[in-house]
Amino acid sequence: MNIYQYMTGEIPLLLGNVPQFIYLIPLMLVCSLVYGATRHELWGPIYQNSMRTLVWLVCFVGILFGVFLFSSWLV
Amino acid sequence: MSYSSPSSSSEDSICIDLRNPYLAALLAWLCPGAGHLYQRRYGKGVLFMVCILSTYFFGFAIGGGHVVYASWVKNDRRWQYACQVGVGLPALPAIIQNKLERNSEKEPLANGIMAPPSRIDAKKMDELSLWHAQYGAMFEIGTLYTMVAGLLNIVVIFDAYGGPVILNYQVSGSRGPPEKSDE
Repeated sequence: MNIYQYMTGEIPLLLGNVPQFIYLIPLMLVCSLVYGATRHELWGPIYQNSMRTLVWLVCFVGILFGVFLFSSWLV
Repeated sequence: MSYSSPSSSSEDSICIDLRNPYLAALLAWLCPGAGHLYQRRYGKGVLFMVCILSTYFFGFAIGGGHVVYASWVKNDRRWQYACQVGVGLPALPAIIQNKLERNSEKEPLANGIMAPPSRIDAKKMDELSLWHAQYGAMFEIGTLYTMVAGLLNIVVIFDAYGGPVILNYQVSGSRGPPEKSDE
């Protein structure tokens, strides 16, 4: 088991083993959509706000992942 | 009562009729999106309904129907249920199952779906440990999905009650800031 598999904790899914964080993707999509829709009433601004929130979430989770990966590489 | 604030956005021209905001908030809690459908905000109502209910039921399914349960006993204080109950009616059967199993000591309904685990003992292999062993990471991910669905619905309830957070709209209903006078 390499460090990537250790960090992501591969689990079985319909199409075989996938990293656990694949389950974060629909969750982040839903969160950004609902958040955007509670701040605007029209689809255009909702879409823009959702995209901004999604990018922010992906960056935040990516940075966290990088920090944990780096710290696990140190020890 | 209406409220509007100056802005260059095209959303300024929208007038949102919140109808009865208290009833809308109650409906939004009972069924995600129902409050918006009541207010005739159909697009957002369907969006909230699809997003929140699919998140909730996906998490519920991958956790084997055991990730949503109400329990407040020693060794098993299910604080996650406080978040899950935000989704409303879909999470409420857990309270009935809890009453049946913990208070009446009767058999839970529907093959124990949403029933709290029996025989909670930190030193022995109990039913909760069995669920964790059986579903593995799916139990945690299912719990996370159902919790997030419940928390998202709280934001939706606020939207049904008071309109969008960014107040660039004309909101009509029994709630809202005092009408600004033109000076």
